[in-house]
Amino acid sequence: MARIIVLTSGKGGVGKTTSAAAIAAALALRGKRTVVIDFDVGLRNLDLVMGCERRVVFDFINVINGDAKLNQALIKDKRNDNLYIFPTSQTRDKDALKRDGVERVLEELKDDFDYIVCDSPAGIEHGAITALYFADSAVIVTNPEVSSVRDSDRIIGILASKSRRAERNLEPVDVHLLLTRYSMERVKRGEMLSVEDVNEILSIPLLGVIPESESVLRASNTGTPVVFDHESPAGRAYIDAVARFLGEQREMRFVKPERRSFFRALLGKA
Amino acid sequence: MAANLVQGALFTVMVVRAEMLRDPAFETELAQQVQRSPRFFLNAPVVLDLRAAAEFTHEGEFIEARDILRRYTLMLIGVQNAQPAQLEAASAAGLASFAPTATQPSRPRSAAEQSQSAPAPPQPAASNAAKSRLVTQPVRSGTQIYVRGGDLVVTAPVSAGAEIMADGNIHVYSALRGRALAGASGDIEARIFCSRLEAELVSIAGHYLVSDQLPPEHRGLPVQIALVDDRLTIERN
Repeated sequence: MARIIVLTSGKGGVGKTTSAAAIAAALALRGKRTVVIDFDVGLRNLDLVMGCERRVVFDFINVINGDAKLNQALIKDKRNDNLYIFPTSQTRDKDALKRDGVERVLEELKDDFDYIVCDSPAGIEHGAITALYFADSAVIVTNPEVSSVRDSDRIIGILASKSRRAERNLEPVDVHLLLTRYSMERVKRGEMLSVEDVNEILSIPLLGVIPESESVLRASNTGTPVVFDHESPAGRAYIDAVARFLGEQREMRFVKPERRSFFRALLGKA
Repeated sequence: MAANLVQGALFTVMVVRAEMLRDPAFETELAQQVQRSPRFFLNAPVVLDLRAAAEFTHEGEFIEARDILRRYTLMLIGVQNAQPAQLEAASAAGLASFAPTATQPSRPRSAAEQSQSAPAPPQPAASNAAKSRLVTQPVRSGTQIYVRGGDLVVTAPVSAGAEIMADGNIHVYSALRGRALAGASGDIEARIFCSRLEAELVSIAGHYLVSDQLPPEHRGLPVQIALVDDRLTIERN
């Protein structure tokens, strides 16, 4: 039986889709059969970030409406056999996400996969609520700035009150914090909240800190989840985060200013 | 257009038990109470509760009651729990009829209550405890908690953008970053306690201070907030 993980944030532009792609890919790299679903109906992006936009025929909404079968819509990743992408529709809107339809599709996926990663749209309206409703675990994607932290706080409250687990009085959704676009330098200059500041307000377990990195943008633009880039500090941070999600202990990297090595300083590289 | 002619709204109104008007001590105690917080009582609407009053079947009795209350700046606007005969007399005196409420007046320690002599049903201690509410999970942004007729105790942080309200006291054994409104039905004796004051707004019985008005020397510290002479005072705990 698969575990359903939702990536959500309330605020837009904090890196939900990038993180969903990276976490799904990292789970697949760990040998877990994983499918990543795009819930952002009408603003289809996940397929771009995963680099499979030219292979989309049927989508999530087609399957919800019974116009296509699951295996017609699922796209197998070319880099990893454990990884599947479930794209959404660009022509419909969030109202097409019918809760019973979504439930039926998730139930069907549960038999075939270990993890179902749901990439939520921004906001706290129907689309976002539907994406988090069935969650077993939630990864709250947060940038180190006050508005993002407050929106995250709001969405944690919604998970605790409006998710299926909350409504049915089951064990609550297990909630993790993923701090993205973190820059130690800017924290030191007081331009960004520190890990401690964010933790103080949200008080949920920290899954990982993803450093601000050019490699993330490059990965999105080339349609390669950043964890496939072995050189990327962000990619390594995602791999660590997933290891922690699977119960391993890993030391937090990128939360202390990196020592510039003598050679790098000489070459003028960061 | 027609739909907009009548709109609903909820108000907090003081309730005076009709039988208390007969108590000789009533006026002195009311006078003292009003003197303590004149602004709170100025032109404040009052409803007369007739549940335990056998009289009040004549228009003149209501006019007399209105005049008594008026002397202490209160404005009698209606009655509740009236018998048919009482209702007729009240409406002749120009008073509105309010629906009976299940709740007791929410100010257990007011002068009016202390001087009460009528055999009101005694409140067992257990029922007061049941009205209080304990919250152990963080109160997240966008969440609203209201405890009617009791205290609210929170043992986790209250986030910015959250709102906690109680007719009684509010205790936060953690950081208070959102809004806290104690004495939400007008209890001026209510207080707010918190281990870390970082609130957006604190209010007792409608008197409030926003974050900007909170004295900086109390920021982030354990405090209690009380209403003294119509002013919110903050004391280090």
